[in-house]
Amino acid sequence: MSLRNFQIYRGDGTVGEMKSYQLEIEKGMVVLDVIHRIQAEQAGDLAVRWNCKAGKCGSCSVEINGKPKLSCMTRMNEYAEDETISIRPLKAFPIMRDLVADVSWNYEQNKRITPFKPDPSSKNESGDYVMMQEDIDRVQEFRKCIECYLCQNVCHVLRDHERKDAFVGPRFMIRLAGLEMHPLDMQDRIPDVKNSYGSGMCNITRCCTDVCPEHIQITDNGIIPMKERVVDRYYDPVMKLIGLIFRRK
Amino acid sequence: MTEIPGGHHSGFLQSNRADKWWIEPLWTGLGFLAFVVYTTWAMFQGDHYWWSAGQGGFGGYLSPFYSPLIFIKQGVAGAAPMDHAWFGSWPGWWPKLIPATPAILILAGPLSFRMTCYYYRKFYYRAYFMSPPACAVEGISQKKYKGETLLLVFQNLHRYTLYIALGFVAILSYDGILSLFRNGEFGIGVGSLILIINPILLAGYVFGCHAFRHITGGNQDCFTCPNGKTSVRYKMWKGVSRLNARHMFWAWISMIWVAFADIYIRMVSSGKWIDYSTWGY
Repeated sequence: MSLRNFQIYRGDGTVGEMKSYQLEIEKGMVVLDVIHRIQAEQAGDLAVRWNCKAGKCGSCSVEINGKPKLSCMTRMNEYAEDETISIRPLKAFPIMRDLVADVSWNYEQNKRITPFKPDPSSKNESGDYVMMQEDIDRVQEFRKCIECYLCQNVCHVLRDHERKDAFVGPRFMIRLAGLEMHPLDMQDRIPDVKNSYGSGMCNITRCCTDVCPEHIQITDNGIIPMKERVVDRYYDPVMKLIGLIFRRK
Repeated sequence: MTEIPGGHHSGFLQSNRADKWWIEPLWTGLGFLAFVVYTTWAMFQGDHYWWSAGQGGFGGYLSPFYSPLIFIKQGVAGAAPMDHAWFGSWPGWWPKLIPATPAILILAGPLSFRMTCYYYRKFYYRAYFMSPPACAVEGISQKKYKGETLLLVFQNLHRYTLYIALGFVAILSYDGILSLFRNGEFGIGVGSLILIINPILLAGYVFGCHAFRHITGGNQDCFTCPNGKTSVRYKMWKGVSRLNARHMFWAWISMIWVAFADIYIRMVSSGKWIDYSTWGY
């Protein structure tokens, strides 16, 4: 047990302040436990979004001491006993109240993406779609995404430059990568990856990968392969010629 | 510094991070700057890039900064024998304002590969352009930010620079073999080890490149089509992917080593260091 100091944002998207709290910490507590305890004992109207408390729902994303993190997966023993821990809502999205940000913009981006469409000719004799594990490994990595939007929040294109009009963000770049790399999918999204979803806006500074709680290699395995496919189509005449000759997708 | 709703600090280099976020961009920025300063200095020297203990014939140590030798200027201390030049002696039409050094003709090749590399882009955008300086640290906020779509669209040429880099792996491998001979006699010296390790480290970097990974198999949607069997390209892609996972390591170690190789040969060639070898001379 030790008495620790916290600062938590209280307010909405127009006005608010950092308020100080003190709490006795018990062994094994995570930051979400602290928020819940403060909510129960000192600030009954503190707004916080959470759900599974197991790092799988992606609801409790906040910024702890300035770093985007899941509060349920951030253990209190990561911090020194004399350190004041600050908890803020996500910066890149509008604040609804206290620690809750409105992440609905992300759902709108998801709707824009051309959905999966399997090639009927790839069915086997029994009428089933069959995939080999080697072909689906890449896609399965992206399916680990829990949509916590920490990557969207830390992406400087969205966070600092506010170019939500030009870039869908890393979460949806890996969704696009998962669809484009899918062995059964027959849609062509590469023109949209370049022109509409804004792959060129990303300058590979990898913060999305750094903050991903699922350790998805967003940049190396998702965004860069998409940028390379855009290069194939728009910036590499040799590949373009090969594509024309062999009619590659 | 201003504080915006959410309690977030806003403004250039502002952040709520409590850790020393500036250490990484500082050491990477200074590290690469040191390499660029040394490389530029070494490039303009134009001398002491070759050592074969005064022996002719096949063999000798050639600084990787000067390889391949397109032209060779005669009468320079520590210069390679003329038969090592691809096109003979230094051309008479060369402008006097530009130093006549073989390195000036070739260094743009490997440099273009490193400067468009996806890893280098990460650290120099952070360290030099502060776009962003670190994760969750604000750089210069631009409402009309264009990323790599406008002036930086040339970054898409990385795969062409890859082809150049592959050529340098082959050339520097040949130099490694060359270093095992002195006047046609087989042997081994400390310089041989350095020049053999050099292309190995460079290969680790080049063959783990994201563009190479894409070309070897990343551009495929199906590795087992049409017969359900794993293709050779898949195995290549897996191998490249393993190297790619440590691309940062290979980028730095190959860069440091190539500079060290130049320093070693420069020191041996100018008589400041002794090259211990099996040749005994």
